[in-house]
Amino acid sequence: MSFFAITRATLAKDIRLEWRSKDAINAMLFFGLLVVVIFSFAFDPTAEESRRIAGGLIWVAFLFAAVVALNQTWARELRNQVLDAYRVSPAAANPLFLAKALGNFIFVCVLEALMTPLFIAFYKLRALGPAWELAPIALLGTWALVINGTFFAAISLRTRSREIMLPLLLFPISIPALLGMVNATTAVLSGEESAWFWIALLLAYDVVFTTVSLLLFELVLEAE
Amino acid sequence: MIDAQSSSGIVVADGLIKQFGRFAALRGVTAQFAAGKLYVIVGDNGAGKTTFLRTVAGLAPQTHGKISVLGSSKIKNVRAQIGYMAHPSLLYDEMTGIENLSYFAGLYGLPLSRCREVMAAVKLDPDLERPIGQYSQGMRQRMSLARAILNDPKLLLLDEPFSNVDLRSAHEMVGLLAQMRDRGKTLFVVTHQPGLLESIADEFVWMEAGKITRRTPHLQVPQ
Repeated sequence: MSFFAITRATLAKDIRLEWRSKDAINAMLFFGLLVVVIFSFAFDPTAEESRRIAGGLIWVAFLFAAVVALNQTWARELRNQVLDAYRVSPAAANPLFLAKALGNFIFVCVLEALMTPLFIAFYKLRALGPAWELAPIALLGTWALVINGTFFAAISLRTRSREIMLPLLLFPISIPALLGMVNATTAVLSGEESAWFWIALLLAYDVVFTTVSLLLFELVLEAE
Repeated sequence: MIDAQSSSGIVVADGLIKQFGRFAALRGVTAQFAAGKLYVIVGDNGAGKTTFLRTVAGLAPQTHGKISVLGSSKIKNVRAQIGYMAHPSLLYDEMTGIENLSYFAGLYGLPLSRCREVMAAVKLDPDLERPIGQYSQGMRQRMSLARAILNDPKLLLLDEPFSNVDLRSAHEMVGLLAQMRDRGKTLFVVTHQPGLLESIADEFVWMEAGKITRRTPHLQVPQ
C-alpha cells in the first residue's frame, strides 16, 4: 500500500475514533472556553488595547488547548497496545506520523473555528490591517503547533508522566513559532505594520520542523 | 556463531540478551527453530517468554547477540510474513471487528474479502456491529487471533492466546492452529495452558530466568 493510502487510512481511522469517543475535541473545547472566559474576567481592555494583546491571548489559549488533543493522539494507540500492531506491520513509520499530525491539525482548526467568534465577541476585535492575512497565519501557526506537538507527544509516549513531559518539551521549542503567530496576528489587527515577515518566519519554521520530524520519527517509533 | 542470513532455521538466536535498564529479561538465548513446526513456549511468570516473542517479532530489539528471522537479521524486512498476537488485544475498542481488520488489512495491502475470511475462520460474524469494547473477553481473543493471521503469515507468534477463552473456543482455536501448521506455517505459542496444545505441538520449549533450559517433544514437567 502506498504512503498516501496508509496516511489516508490512518487519518480516516483517527477521525472515526475521535467522532465516536470525542476524547480530544470535548476536552479542547471546554478548556478553550474556560480560557476565553477567564481572560475576559482578568482583563477589561479598550478596543485599542484588545488589538495589542489579542494575538497573544488567542495563540496562548490555542496552544494550551492543543496540548490536550496532542496528549490524546498517542494515548489511544497505547490502549490495548495497538501501536504494536502497526509496528509489526510492513507499513512505514512516516504515514502514521503524517496522519496523526493531519488529524491534530483538523481537530485544532475545528477548535479555532469555534473559538475565534467568541474571542471577537468578548474582545470586540476588528482588524485594521488586511483581515485575509489571518488565514495563512492561522494555517501556518496551527501546523507549527501540531507538527511539533505530534512529534514530542510521540517522544513522551513511553515516559511515566507524559502529560507533564509534553508541555515541557513542546513549549520551549515552540517559542519562535509563537512569536511569529502573535506578532503576525497583532500586525494584522493593529494595521501598524506588515505581517509578511512573520508569515515567512512561520513558513520556514513549518518546513524545517516538518522535515526534521519526518526524518526522525522512525527512530522514535522503533524505540523500546 | 551463526551467520546472520542463515536460512537453516526460520528463527535462529545466538547469545540473545535483552535488558530493560539493569534487568536482563533474556540472558543469552541460543537456539534454532525449524520451519513448519508448532513450538509451545512454557515457563513461569518472568521467565522471558513474552520478551523472546517480542524480540522475534522485532518489537524489542536485542541488547546483545544476534537473531535471524525468516533468513534475515533485519526483522523489519520480513514483517509482512510475521503475525503477532499479544496479551492485550492490539485492537481499537471503539471500532467494530470488521473496521479494525479493514484498517490493518490496508497496512498489508489486503482486500476487504480477506477480513471477512479470517473473521469466519475464528468463528466471528463479520457483520457484527458492536464495537470491540463491547465484546466478551473470549470474542476479543478470537478477534485478536483474526488480526494476527490476517496477512497469512509464515511465522505466527501467539502470546497467551487461550487466556479467558472458554474450553470449546480454545479447542476451536487449537484446531485452527493445527491447520496452519499443516499448511507449512511455523507457530510459537506462549501459554500457561500447554495441555491444550499437547496433541498438536511439535516441541515444548522450556524457559527459566531468561534462558531456554530444555526442549522436549512431549509435555513433561522438567526435573
